[in-house]
Amino acid sequence: MKLKSFLAPATLAAGLLLAPIAQADTTLLNVSYDPTRELYQEFNAAFAKHWRAKTGETVAVKQSHGGSGKQARTVIDGLDADVVTLALAFDIDAIADKAKLLPPDWQKRLPLNSTPYTSTIVFLVRKGNPKAIKDWDDLAKPGVSVITPNPKTSGGAQWNYLAAWEYGKRKFGGEDKARDFVTRIYKNVPVLDSGARGSTTTFVERGVGDVFISWENEAFLAQKELGPNKFEIVVPSLSILAEPPVAVVDKNVDRKGTRKVAEAYLEYLYSDEGQEIAARNYYRPTNAKVAGKYAGQFPKVALFTINDAFGGWQKAAKTHFADGGTFDQIYKPGAP
Amino acid sequence: MSAAFSPTSVRRPVPASGAHVLPVPRTVEARGTAPDRCRGNRRVLPGFGIGLGCTLLYLGLLVLIPLSAAFIKTAQLTWPAFVDIVTAPRVLASYRLTFGAALAAAAINLAFGLIVAWVLVRYPFPGKRLVDALVDLPFALPTAVAGIALTGLFAPNGWFGAWLAPLGIKVAFTPLGVLVALTFIGLPFVVRTVQPVLEELPRELEEAAATLGASSWQSFRRVVFPILLPALMTGFALAFARAIGEYGSVIFIAGNMPMVSEITPLIIITKLEQYDYTGATAIAVVMLVAAFALLLLINALQAWTRRRQGAFA
Repeated sequence: MKLKSFLAPATLAAGLLLAPIAQADTTLLNVSYDPTRELYQEFNAAFAKHWRAKTGETVAVKQSHGGSGKQARTVIDGLDADVVTLALAFDIDAIADKAKLLPPDWQKRLPLNSTPYTSTIVFLVRKGNPKAIKDWDDLAKPGVSVITPNPKTSGGAQWNYLAAWEYGKRKFGGEDKARDFVTRIYKNVPVLDSGARGSTTTFVERGVGDVFISWENEAFLAQKELGPNKFEIVVPSLSILAEPPVAVVDKNVDRKGTRKVAEAYLEYLYSDEGQEIAARNYYRPTNAKVAGKYAGQFPKVALFTINDAFGGWQKAAKTHFADGGTFDQIYKPGAP
Repeated sequence: MSAAFSPTSVRRPVPASGAHVLPVPRTVEARGTAPDRCRGNRRVLPGFGIGLGCTLLYLGLLVLIPLSAAFIKTAQLTWPAFVDIVTAPRVLASYRLTFGAALAAAAINLAFGLIVAWVLVRYPFPGKRLVDALVDLPFALPTAVAGIALTGLFAPNGWFGAWLAPLGIKVAFTPLGVLVALTFIGLPFVVRTVQPVLEELPRELEEAAATLGASSWQSFRRVVFPILLPALMTGFALAFARAIGEYGSVIFIAGNMPMVSEITPLIIITKLEQYDYTGATAIAVVMLVAAFALLLLINALQAWTRRRQGAFA
């Protein structure tokens, strides 16, 4: 009796929650990383409209966000993702490698390394730039406090780390010099949050640090949300071309019968409308026409790719972020 | 793990004060050793066999099977590889911080928990029920909320942090912050285990001590404290056990710097993020064994003090 009276409202609530999804002909689950929340909210609505106009079918897209590594792990552990849109190829490689849910050459299936939009790494500083930060060198100076997440747990932080490494290598010459340079930067880091959003909070809300190494889109968002009179964006002379890739999870879509919609969903990211939405959410579009239209929004910066500088993610992850890699060496007792 | 504890931590109803005709023997008897209790209870609740079967099944499903999975996963490692992982300098530093801060936090809670329980039981004051309810809040609050709130307070621009910063005291993003978070989450344990024992403790005992010429300090040390000791130790053990495993609230306030303010649960999560499941479980196994050994030790101490008390009666 008691149980029944408790269950009734619970079933009702569950029914209400599921109702809008149940009405759609197809439901997709997009498992993504932290800062894409706003981007996919807008894109999902646009895609649903487009799909309906084209086929007459309704489609609902659910989103899931979190640290990129953690998200990949939930898919490996069995989350029913139709598509994954993560911060780095290494995490989708992990899904292919550990759970065999998609083929190892997944990145060749869509144009531009399966990367419909790109981003880069910039600095966010406090109003007036009191520590006069202009480039990567300034982050290694004594007395400058730098905020960046832990590259062991954050995809964004790995891009940060590699960008600093390549700058050090080019400026001072050689891997050893690059290691010294990156070590000096990390000696200036007082807090290592586990994810990009955590670091944003530390820098913005807690007031810790002079400079925050950030995703470009996250920096724009922080500036827009909190007012341009509190923070300034500083663009370094050299940065990394961050390519957050997308992929259909083959085993899941074949089992659920959603392959056609899932593929169309990702392809639509490359369309003019998809590209416009990405640009409006501060991701750099790859379509030349849309990129030209939004050129004024994105600062000009010399960009290098991870394939050119580090020979791809697998190699970079092994050298720098695996146990005993260069990042661990920074924190070895007795390190310089 | 908590099944290893004696039933002292169960909150018993307060008997009417007139019920204590012979208070001393009764109190001691009620806190007799475990076999006594079983024998006494057997006729009250029928089906000792079913009861024990239920207990073992329940503990097996909820505790033993999930934990043995950790051991099985770790068994994939060779012994040298296992030792390498669990004795890496960063991991050792994290054990020191986790176990050290958990012990210190439990000790702080031991002292202040006793005071809180004492005040709540012995003194009537307006708003007492409210204060009593406040004690349980750290139980109910999602730990992440606690962590964020504490970080907000102790950050250099927070209410407390702004006052401490000019004195050169940094709490948020240092090991001190870890201690603050662990103290917060451990608060209810000592209070809630000591409170019922204190409620049952008749005032006549102290009065008798006073009439025999004991000072108030003597009657606390010789009469009240020994009776409270087992409950205090249970509370300490619970607070300590909880603090070792705590992740949610610490992660926000710790700063998470390797070698300095990185707790062991974070290292486990970090290994998972890198898809290193075996490495993560290896460290988990070390924590499990260490925590279990410490808890056994505390329980043994508790049994020993109880036996000693029994001898006095």
